[in-house]
Amino acid sequence: MTSRGKAIEVEGVTKDFGTFRALDGVSFDIYDNEFFTLLGPSGCGKTTLLRMLAGFDAPTSGAIRLHGKPILDLPPHKRRVNTVFQSYALFPHMTVEQNIAFGLENLGWPKDRRSARTAQMLEMVHMAQFARRRPDQLSGGQRQRVALARALAPEPEVLLLDEPLSALDLKLRQAMRDELRTLQRQTGITFVFVTHDQEEALDMSDRICVLGQGRIQHLGTPNEIYEDPANRFVADFIGETNFLPVQVISVDGDMASVKTPMGQVVTTLQKAATAGQAATLSLRPEKIGMEDQAVGEIMQGRVTNKNYMGGYTHYTVDVGGTELRVSKRNAISHSQSFEIGREVRLGFRHDSARVLGA
Amino acid sequence: MRADFRIWGLLPAWVIMGFTLIIPIGIVIAVSFAARGAYGGFDWALSGEPYVQILYQVGWTDELEFNPQYLYIIARTLWLAAITTLICMAVSLPVAYYIARQPRAVKAALVYLVTLPFWVSMIVRVYAWLMILGNDGVIEKALVATGLTSGIDSLLFNDGAMLVGMVYSYLPLMILPVFASVEKLDGALIEASHDLYANRWVTLRRVILPLAWPGLMAGAILVFVPCLGAVLEPILLGGGKQLLMGNLIQTQFGGGRNWPFGAAIAVVLMGLVMIVLMARALRDGGRHDAA
Amino acid sequence: MTRHDVRHYPGLGLLTAAFFAYLYLPIAVVVFFSFNENRLVSVWTGFSLKWYDSALSNRALLDAVKTSLTLAVIAMVLSTTVALMAALVLVRAKGVKGRRISETVVNLPLLLPEIVSAVAVLILFSQLGLTNGLAKLVLAHTAFCIPFAFLPIRARLQGMAPDYEEAAQDLYATPWVTFRRVTLPLILPGVFAGAMLAFVMSMDDFITSNMLASGGNTTLPVYIFGLIKQGTTPELNAISTLIIVASLIIATTALVLTFRRRIP
Repeated sequence: MTSRGKAIEVEGVTKDFGTFRALDGVSFDIYDNEFFTLLGPSGCGKTTLLRMLAGFDAPTSGAIRLHGKPILDLPPHKRRVNTVFQSYALFPHMTVEQNIAFGLENLGWPKDRRSARTAQMLEMVHMAQFARRRPDQLSGGQRQRVALARALAPEPEVLLLDEPLSALDLKLRQAMRDELRTLQRQTGITFVFVTHDQEEALDMSDRICVLGQGRIQHLGTPNEIYEDPANRFVADFIGETNFLPVQVISVDGDMASVKTPMGQVVTTLQKAATAGQAATLSLRPEKIGMEDQAVGEIMQGRVTNKNYMGGYTHYTVDVGGTELRVSKRNAISHSQSFEIGREVRLGFRHDSARVLGA
Repeated sequence: MRADFRIWGLLPAWVIMGFTLIIPIGIVIAVSFAARGAYGGFDWALSGEPYVQILYQVGWTDELEFNPQYLYIIARTLWLAAITTLICMAVSLPVAYYIARQPRAVKAALVYLVTLPFWVSMIVRVYAWLMILGNDGVIEKALVATGLTSGIDSLLFNDGAMLVGMVYSYLPLMILPVFASVEKLDGALIEASHDLYANRWVTLRRVILPLAWPGLMAGAILVFVPCLGAVLEPILLGGGKQLLMGNLIQTQFGGGRNWPFGAAIAVVLMGLVMIVLMARALRDGGRHDAA
Repeated sequence: MTRHDVRHYPGLGLLTAAFFAYLYLPIAVVVFFSFNENRLVSVWTGFSLKWYDSALSNRALLDAVKTSLTLAVIAMVLSTTVALMAALVLVRAKGVKGRRISETVVNLPLLLPEIVSAVAVLILFSQLGLTNGLAKLVLAHTAFCIPFAFLPIRARLQGMAPDYEEAAQDLYATPWVTFRRVTLPLILPGVFAGAMLAFVMSMDDFITSNMLASGGNTTLPVYIFGLIKQGTTPELNAISTLIIVASLIIATTALVLTFRRRIP
C-alpha cells in the first residue's frame, strides 16, 4: 500500500446529548483520494460525526484534524470542507448557476474564474442546459446533481455526503451510485459518505466504517466486512446471515473447531472465540447449496417456507430443529424448485462459515 | 461573532421592554402605595390609602364605611369579560368547524374575510355600533319602518350594548386559534366515532370538543384578558359612567386626578390577569396536549 | 347525501352566514351612510360625496393623520428591526440561556391589558420629566408593536429548515453574508407581514395614545374619539370609511405576502 496522506484524523471523539452517549471514544483515519463510508442503523451517530466534520456540531471531547491541522475551533465557513445535504438545501431564490457560484463568491474568486469553474461543474454533472433554472423546476435527481456541483466547485479538501441518495427512487439511485463513484475517481477528492443502506456502502466504498451503539464495530474494505465481519452486529447488519449457537471445542490460530446444534463439528475461521465457551457461527444463505449443489459439510433438512424472488428463491429449511435460510440462484429458466415439506440435502464449504463471539 | 449576537441581538428588545413596561409596572405598583398629591399626581409618601379606598370611604361621620361600588365595578368587569368569552367560544367553534370543512380556496377566502375586520381601527368598529344601536340608529329606524314599535329607549348605555361591542371587537381573536385547532382535526376520527355507534351530538361532545379544546382555551385567554381592560366599549357604548375597571382607571388619570387610586385599581387588574395566566400555565403543565 | 356524510353538521352554513353578516354589518352601515346626503345620519336623502370633501379639507383631521402616519412609520421600522433581531436569536441560536423568559418579555405587551401599560408609561414619563410628545409616543408605540412584528417573523423562520443557512456557511459565507443573501430573502414575506401588522397596530391604537396625548400630538383615533363625543356625524362616517378602505388594502397586502411562496 502506498503511504497516502491522511485527509482526516478523528481521535477519541465522544458526544453526549444529556445522558445519552451518541459516540463513545471513536477514532479512525481517512486517507486522501478515498471513498470512505460511515455505515450504520439510524441513531448510531454517523450523521452526528459527519456534522462534526462539517462544523455544525462539536464533540464533547476528542480531536479532529484535517490534513494535520486541528479544525474543531474553526466555524463551518472557515473549513475547507463542503457538504452535500440530505435535503440538498439548494437556495430556492437562486438559479442553478447562482447556487453553484455561491461558495466561489464567498471565497473571493474573480469573476472570470468563477464563470469558468461554474461552467465546468455544470458540464461535469450534465446539467449545463439547466443553468438558468430554479430548484423548484428541477426533478429530485437533477437537484441532487446541482447539490454535488455546488459542493465540489470550491475544490474542497474533503467532500461530505449526508445520505444524498435516500430521496431518490430505486433505478435513479443505482445510476447515481455509479456516477458518484466515477466522480470521486475523476476529481481525486476524498469523499466521506454517510448511509444506512448497506448495499450502497458495499457498492461504492473503498473502506467502510460500521458504527453501532456509538462505537466502531468494524473498519475495513467492503469485502472484509462482508466476508469476515468482526462481530455479530456487523454480520447481522450487512447482508443476511444465519446465526447458529455453537460450542467452541478448540482454537488454533485463526481457526476454531465448534460443535453445531445439528451435531457436526466444523472447523473454520474465527474471531474472538475461546475454547470451551459458547460462540456464534455465521453462515450466509448464498453459501449453502441444495441437493446437487450441496458440497462440504452436509446436513439433512425439510423445507418449511419458500419465497420466490425472480432471480433467487429463498428457502427456510428446518435442520434438526434449527431453521436455516438458504438462497438459491435460479440460474436456468424454470430452475428446479423445492416444495414446502420436501426433504432436502444441504451443504456448505467449511471455510464459508465464520465463528464470532457470542 | 455568533456568540455575541446571542446577547446583543436580544438586547434592544430587553431594553425597550424593560424601559417601557417592566420598570413602569414596578412604578405603578409603587405608586399604588403612595399618597394622593394635592394638585393631582402623587406624593412620595407611603400610604395604604389607595387600597383602602377600594373598599371603604369616609362617611358623614368621618368614619370608614364599607363602600361596595368599586367592588361592583370589578365584579361587573369580570362578569362581562366572562360572558363575552363564552359567547365568543360558542360562536367560533361552529363557524371555525364549518370553514375548516370547505375546499381550500373557499377556506382561504373565508379565513381572510374573518380576519379583515380586525385590521380596521377599533374606534371605527365601536363607533359603528353607536350608529346601529343609538337613538335614530339603524335598528330603531328599521323597527319603526316595519311598524313594530314607534320608538324605543336607547339600546345604548347599558351592559347589553357593551357586550355586543366587546364580542364584536374580540371575536376575530378567538376564531383564529380555534380554527387552527379544528383544522388539524382528522375527519377520520369523526367517522370512527360514528362507526362506533355515536351520533352527531355525542361525537361533538366526546370527540370534537375535547380535540378543539386547546384552541378554545388559547382563544379564551386572548379574549378574556383584553376584555378585563376594555376602555372604549364602556365609554362609548356604556355611557361613560364609571362602569368597568378599564375606564375607571382611565378617569383617575384624567379628570379624577387620583393617581395612586388609579394605580391601585391597575394593580388589581394586573393581579386578575396574572391569576388567569397562571391558571392556564398550570393546566398546560398538567396536561400534555399538543395544541 | 348528508345522511352519510357524518362530518356534516346541519345548520352550520346558516350560522356562518349570520356570523359574517354580524361581522360586516357595522362596517357596511358606516360605509353606506357616509354617502348620505342628509346631515342626519340615519335618514337617507340621497347620494353625496360632500362629506368626503369636508373631511379631506379638515385641517385638524389632516394634522391628526399626519401625526399618526409619522408615528406609525417610525414605530414600524423600529419595532420590526428589534423583532427581527430577537427572532433570529430565539429561533436559531443554540443554547440560549433564558430563552423562555426572553420570549415572554418580547411578547409582554400581549399579556397586559393596554390600560395598565398605558398608565405605567404615563407615570414613568411624568417622573422622568419627559415632555417631548412625539418621543413619548414613539417609545410607547414601538414597545407594543414589537410582539406584533415578532410573531409573523418567528413563524416564517420556524418554517424554514436550518439547512439553507448551514449550506451557506458550508460554502464559506460569514454569518452576515448568510443573513443577507440567504436568510433575509427567504423570510422577507414574514418581515413585511410583521411590519405591516406593526404599522396597523400603531395607527389603530387608542388607549395609549389617548393617555399620552398632549397639545400637538393628537393621533387619528384620539381625534376621532373627540368627534364621537360630540355626536355622530356623516363626516365621521366618511373618515371612518376612508380608514376602512386603507386598512383593507394593508390587510390584503399583508395576508397575500404571508401566504405566497412557502419555503420548500
